[in-house]
Amino acid sequence: MNEQGTDKSRRRILVAATSAVGAVGVGFVAVPFISSMNPSARARAAGAPVEADVSKLEPGALLRVKFRGQPIWVVYRTDEMLEALPTNDPKLVDPGSELATQQPEYCQNPARAINPRYFVAIGICTHLGCSPTYRPEFAPDDLGPDWKGGWFCPCHGSKFDLAGRVFKGVPAPTNLVIPKHTYLNESTILVGEDEAGAA
Amino acid sequence: MSVETVDTPPRGFLGWLDKRFPVMGLWNDHMAQYYAPKNMGLWSIFGSLALVVLIIQIVSGLWLAMAYKPSAAEAFASVEYIMRDVNWGWLLRYIHSTGASFFFILVYLHMFRGLMWGSYKNPRELLWIIGVVIYLAMMATAFFGYLLPWGQMSYWGAQVIVNLFAAVPEVGADLSTWVRGDYVISDVTLNRFFAFHFVIPFLLVALVFLHIVALHRVGSTNPDGIEIKQGPKGNKWDPNKPADGIPFHPYYTVKDVTGLVVFLAIFSLVVFYAPDMGGLFLEGPNFQPADPLKTPEHIAPVWYFTPYYAMLRAVPPIAGSQFPGVVVMFGAILIMFFLPWLDRSPVRSMRYKGPISRFFLGAFAVSFVVLAYLGLQPSTDLYTLLAQIFTVVYFAFFLLMPIYTKLEKTKPVPERVTS
Repeated sequence: MNEQGTDKSRRRILVAATSAVGAVGVGFVAVPFISSMNPSARARAAGAPVEADVSKLEPGALLRVKFRGQPIWVVYRTDEMLEALPTNDPKLVDPGSELATQQPEYCQNPARAINPRYFVAIGICTHLGCSPTYRPEFAPDDLGPDWKGGWFCPCHGSKFDLAGRVFKGVPAPTNLVIPKHTYLNESTILVGEDEAGAA
Repeated sequence: MSVETVDTPPRGFLGWLDKRFPVMGLWNDHMAQYYAPKNMGLWSIFGSLALVVLIIQIVSGLWLAMAYKPSAAEAFASVEYIMRDVNWGWLLRYIHSTGASFFFILVYLHMFRGLMWGSYKNPRELLWIIGVVIYLAMMATAFFGYLLPWGQMSYWGAQVIVNLFAAVPEVGADLSTWVRGDYVISDVTLNRFFAFHFVIPFLLVALVFLHIVALHRVGSTNPDGIEIKQGPKGNKWDPNKPADGIPFHPYYTVKDVTGLVVFLAIFSLVVFYAPDMGGLFLEGPNFQPADPLKTPEHIAPVWYFTPYYAMLRAVPPIAGSQFPGVVVMFGAILIMFFLPWLDRSPVRSMRYKGPISRFFLGAFAVSFVVLAYLGLQPSTDLYTLLAQIFTVVYFAFFLLMPIYTKLEKTKPVPERVTS
């Protein structure tokens, strides 16, 4: 206590206690505000699996379906395309698809597919989210004589081969993501769900 | 203009008002008796011009908001409706879109003037820091606003920038989902971006107020970088005020109004004759509605962001992560906060600094312009290499500053301002 009879330490404790309780209160109030900015129940429900019918897909063609607002590609790979895949291996970052987050286990194979004929991937560049352009032709003028089909991202120049594997020396760090999917019959692919459950 | 007339207590309505609100005090402190250096010259007008453009943006933006619909289904069509059917809607929109680009042109010139005059140095560190915060708030506003027309460039530009957050280790993916409010840029994202685009300009007004309060506390600087407050006292109006100072009003108000007339003439030429500025102010792909399934052949941000975008692209991924590029990009802006303490030179202005400082400032300005150009172009091996070189130049200006400003020989600073 000082000469005016003020207990300074008691005042400090009260100020500290009030501030602490106030800060906790602010923390609690912040939760609904922050949480309300996350995807709503409707946005989460829109992530239901979708079906892709590949029966009318021509050799070499690409089919786009929408899943969770993202483009999903289904490509009919010709024999020539499949044979060219291993020749890219030395130029790739992750030729063996060893990074487990980029594909389900059943696609961790040289063609990155359940059925090598059809390649399924999320059509979003692993760099900054653009949708790469499909360039199935071999050795075009702009991509060079070694190009054996794949995707070229117009935003920042990332390149992927026809199994969605990223080339070395481009901005994208990892292979394209392959979503969970399963074959309902020979020509219908269900994207977003497999035998083990939903994505 | 004599001291007596302004110090006589006002009568009539003004007298009534002044008893209840310090009108005369504010007027004198910040206008009639605020003494600014008499040699400020042409480069000093960009601050006040930027303030005018901020007001133009808020007014035109408010009117656009009266006809715009912030929903993914209606946004693109409502912008076309503004352009075609709303009375004078095309003018309101072109004023707003041109104003955005001019705001950045003026602020970049204003910042360059600060670098030339050493306006960030003691005692103006806080003034500079508030200015950098203003710049950040401007960039946030511009970024949120660019999504609103819901064209292809709006959509994919936002997609790329929001994905920058996804590069943050561990929490990145959740963070970008939180920013979007969805798994992709969607209606939800557009709606919230509109809310932010509307409200941040008011925060900007508050920041500009703080910027001016801080400026009037320390006083305006000048091309010589001389503190007129520390020089001799006594001028034509007041024996105790700096000899090299002149009242802001009427001297600088008249000068700024003259500059404003010239500026508005140029501004109008762009609004009426070249509102898209050959694709620089309004980009071609934005005349197509947003398509979440197809990225345009070539995407680039609007010109005022491209220097940073070029830096982002210049940094290769390290250990499978895009994060270093994002760090470099944001670091290029955040490093400005430290400028007052990086400059170790005993003098403020480039007039009295040595040739090395001038060389670095020139190299910095060139790198900014070159990076802006590279950020607009599709990436090729040559351009990526150039972007890497100029990113290094950009950072060298800041990071080597403590060394070169300390080493070089400066010229003696005169006591009084020069003409």
